Amino acid sequence: MSLFFIVALPFLGALLPGLMNGAGRAACAGVTFTVSLAAFLGLMTNLPSVLAGEVVMARVDWMPVLGLNFTLMLDGLGFFFAMLILGIGLLIIAYARHYLARGDNMGEFFTYLLLFQGAMVGIVLSDNILLLLVFWELTSLSSFLLIGYWKHLPEGRQGARMALTVTGMGGLAMIGGMLILGQIVGSYDLSVILQNRELIQADPMYVPALILILLGCFTKSAQFPFHFWLPHAMAAPTPVSAYLHSATMVKAGIFLMARMWPVLSGTPEWFVIVTSAGLITMVLGALIAIFKHDLKALLAFSTVSHLGLITMLLGTGTAFGAMAAVFHILNHATFKAALFMSAGIVDHETHTRDIRRLGGLRTLMPITFGIVTIAALSMAGIPFLNGFLSKEMMLEETTHTTLFGIWWLVPALATFGSLLSAAYCFRLIGHTFLGPVRDNYPSKPHDPGFGLWGPPAFLVVLVVVIGVAPFLAEPFVKLVTASLLGGEAEVPKAYFKIWHGLVPALFMSVAAVVGGLLLMGVFKPLLRVWESTPRPEAKVIFEGLIEAAAALARRFIHTLHNGAFTRYAMIGSVAIIALGLHAWSTGTVGAPTRDPQSASVVAIAGWAMLVAATGGLVVMHRNRLLSLILIGIVGLMVSIGFVFLSAPDLAMTQFTVEVVTIILLLLALNFLPNRTPIESTVLRRVRDAGVAVAGGLATFALAYHYLLRDAVSTPISEFHLANSYKGGGGTNVVNVILVDFRGFDTYGEIIVLGIAALLIYALTETLLSGPVRARLLNRLPDQPRAGDMHPMMMVVLTRVIMPVVLMVGFYIFLRGHNEPGGGFIAGLIVSIAVVMQYMASGFAWTSSRLRYPYHGVIGAGVLIAGFTGIGSWFVGKPFLTSDFTYVRIPPFEKFELATAALFDLGVFLAVVGAVMLSLESFSRLAHRAQDKDSEHPMDIDPSRDDPPEDQPKPVTEGV
Amino acid sequence: MTAATGVMEIALIIAFLALALGQIMSMIRLVLGPTVGDRILALDTMVINGLGLVVVLGIHQGIQIYFEVSLLIAMLGFVSTVALARFVLRGDIIE
Repeated sequence: MSLFFIVALPFLGALLPGLMNGAGRAACAGVTFTVSLAAFLGLMTNLPSVLAGEVVMARVDWMPVLGLNFTLMLDGLGFFFAMLILGIGLLIIAYARHYLARGDNMGEFFTYLLLFQGAMVGIVLSDNILLLLVFWELTSLSSFLLIGYWKHLPEGRQGARMALTVTGMGGLAMIGGMLILGQIVGSYDLSVILQNRELIQADPMYVPALILILLGCFTKSAQFPFHFWLPHAMAAPTPVSAYLHSATMVKAGIFLMARMWPVLSGTPEWFVIVTSAGLITMVLGALIAIFKHDLKALLAFSTVSHLGLITMLLGTGTAFGAMAAVFHILNHATFKAALFMSAGIVDHETHTRDIRRLGGLRTLMPITFGIVTIAALSMAGIPFLNGFLSKEMMLEETTHTTLFGIWWLVPALATFGSLLSAAYCFRLIGHTFLGPVRDNYPSKPHDPGFGLWGPPAFLVVLVVVIGVAPFLAEPFVKLVTASLLGGEAEVPKAYFKIWHGLVPALFMSVAAVVGGLLLMGVFKPLLRVWESTPRPEAKVIFEGLIEAAAALARRFIHTLHNGAFTRYAMIGSVAIIALGLHAWSTGTVGAPTRDPQSASVVAIAGWAMLVAATGGLVVMHRNRLLSLILIGIVGLMVSIGFVFLSAPDLAMTQFTVEVVTIILLLLALNFLPNRTPIESTVLRRVRDAGVAVAGGLATFALAYHYLLRDAVSTPISEFHLANSYKGGGGTNVVNVILVDFRGFDTYGEIIVLGIAALLIYALTETLLSGPVRARLLNRLPDQPRAGDMHPMMMVVLTRVIMPVVLMVGFYIFLRGHNEPGGGFIAGLIVSIAVVMQYMASGFAWTSSRLRYPYHGVIGAGVLIAGFTGIGSWFVGKPFLTSDFTYVRIPPFEKFELATAALFDLGVFLAVVGAVMLSLESFSRLAHRAQDKDSEHPMDIDPSRDDPPEDQPKPVTEGV
Repeated sequence: MTAATGVMEIALIIAFLALALGQIMSMIRLVLGPTVGDRILALDTMVINGLGLVVVLGIHQGIQIYFEVSLLIAMLGFVSTVALARFVLRGDIIE
């Protein structure tokens, strides 16, 4: 089966459990199992080629320019891990089917599980390191969902957050490391990187890359000092702990170290960092594990310890160490998953995981006892079980490893770690199953059904088979080791045997087991000592750190972003002025190349008026209506200025925008007091005035500077002018820029415009459905209201002018491509035509004559523009490539048809919809309860007989 | 320079000056007030004067498109005046 399918199957299959949720638990688990099984069988079809030593590849170019390709690779190492992930996944799914309670949402659980499975398989099969990073992050995310699966448990949520934070930060570091690695080699393909050991190790960036990548691996695989998240992640349901935190996800870091072993290992840096981190983790994890009372916490720390062991073996950088590591990964996956599942069984049956409340379960749960005993003894390193074999190899390897020049350091610590490890294994068996039977278990224990003990029992069979007949596993482990070594070293010749003779490793092993037994003998006094020694609590430190970081961020953000617009404007202005000053003072400033022109009287008059209006605005800005009028003047003068400077297109846009703005602001002013109150202190106003003046002067200086100098390089307008007709088929450059050269920008802008309008609508709707509604409805006018609501003169005028305005809008729209105009201006003109009707005949009358809701108009606009863009795909061109042609339909003259016109239609509709929706939302707010909706277009209609409704009925007293 | 273009030039200059003067005086009225109605009317006058300016500019520079701009102003310029007037009279411009 193609590698793509193997990776894609779990992702696609993740859709199924949710759908099957209603069909029952068996169906839900069954479909998940089938998906995993299909992927597993698909993997197995590749077994022959892997056994033949081939590397199966599959490749699809994704973003070749970035070096990001969907490249998959299956070699021995990848196969080994994929087999673990999918194989143990199958057992876990079977187990979870019986483990999850009726109240748990099974579909959700299996969806997350399959997502995780797909991400994991993706990691181990990726041939592209960028792709690998994508999958790496996916495992972090899906494991977050799985750890926090029991959303009602605060421990679950906290544990999930902690795991995500730690592994996410590690992943971030690793991205950096991988990018450096890719830069050094010049390729992001693993198969290429793995061929370049000398190049990478000679590069000065080798050490930073190594440290960053190791940060990613250590956080994922819970190595010291990042080991603390793993025990907290144990708040997850047991199947998750067994799957993610013993067999697969925590091995992702190990996998990556193994994968990168050929190029990164063998240097002193690698040796010191990896070996010492592994050693510390191994000893520390085992030490903490002994004194944990929670079964799962004990297993969690033992997992930390064993991961440390594997890391240390990879750190030695020898072929034998690598082989021992591979073998131990296999063995650990078998016995640790079995142990976790058994712990889940104990929890499930007795309703407690606290070892202090257990004991004596041997006779009550004989099957579980058998499984745990075999698995735990294997973990302790007892002969004829697989854990013994790899532990012996580990101890053997340590006798050849000298760290910091002290020959006994590594062997001694490794033996000590093994001793502690044996001790907690004995405690696990002894304190849970042996001893007297209690009468106060929270629930009466008994062995569960086959569904729960079957999967761990299967693993325990493997534990024994490998332990008794190691030669069965040997060829496979050697094959995996060979692909791990990647030709950088010979696969060791040593055979897997139970009896090696009286070698040092045997004595160390014996010492560890005996020492472990002795330690258990003095467990009670030791526990007292342990509990009375103060220890740093990782969770407290972690949360303190997070809280401190959050507080720092809060302080920083709240100073910058305190909700006052003046503050943002000040910070923005000051920053821009400072940057501009810096650029001006450090850059080269050429001499003026142009002479100032003399200004005509008219221009001076216009300028004087602009200045007067702006100055008036500053003086009178507290009177809101007056400022609006003054803004109207500024807008008018700017439009005339555009005409004066030969930009009629801009003048038309500016003018129509002014009209719409005034209407919108008037609608808003209706809810505001007439005057803006003084809210800030004198000092602050002086400060703001200073900043404003500085900003204005800086803008003036910049404009003056540029007006006196020619552009340094050819301005882009030259290109636009030269290509407007050739490329875009239009002579109106402004419009061609909008719909063609920068069509994608425009497309984004109309979407933003639509979103803004919808947001205004949503906000007003929220107001109207909330407690404010009553206040809005019963609001009394704050000033006497005069005149008609809907004066006849205005109604008649607007009706008459409407077709004319629509015609002009249509004309300007059609003409837009070649002459000033276009969809944007046309949209504004048409909107104004409609707004006039609203103003004349009222909201209710006009809305009831509306055939299309404005939301739909916006949507239609965006869709039309989008489909026009997509249309160019069908002729093999990039998005939004425009085309044009000339046609002649007999009665008309020859005219141009351009796809850009269709796009412009989209712009037109989006503008109309957005403008109208925002205006309509505001006027909906203004509706008052005491005003009756009028059904007539105007208040006084001579052709109507009934009296106008607005007039109060004559009151007859005393009747 | 023919007599006709000479007259035209002079007429244009007078028109420019008259319109500019009108703008400035409306501006003064707008600032002085005293009522809102005066100010709205001043703004409306300024829109009309601006319209005139665009027409004269069009004649002066000989560009046809300017007349379309002035048409647009003529057609839509009254809308803001009406809106402002409605606001002063009724408070709510769409009711």
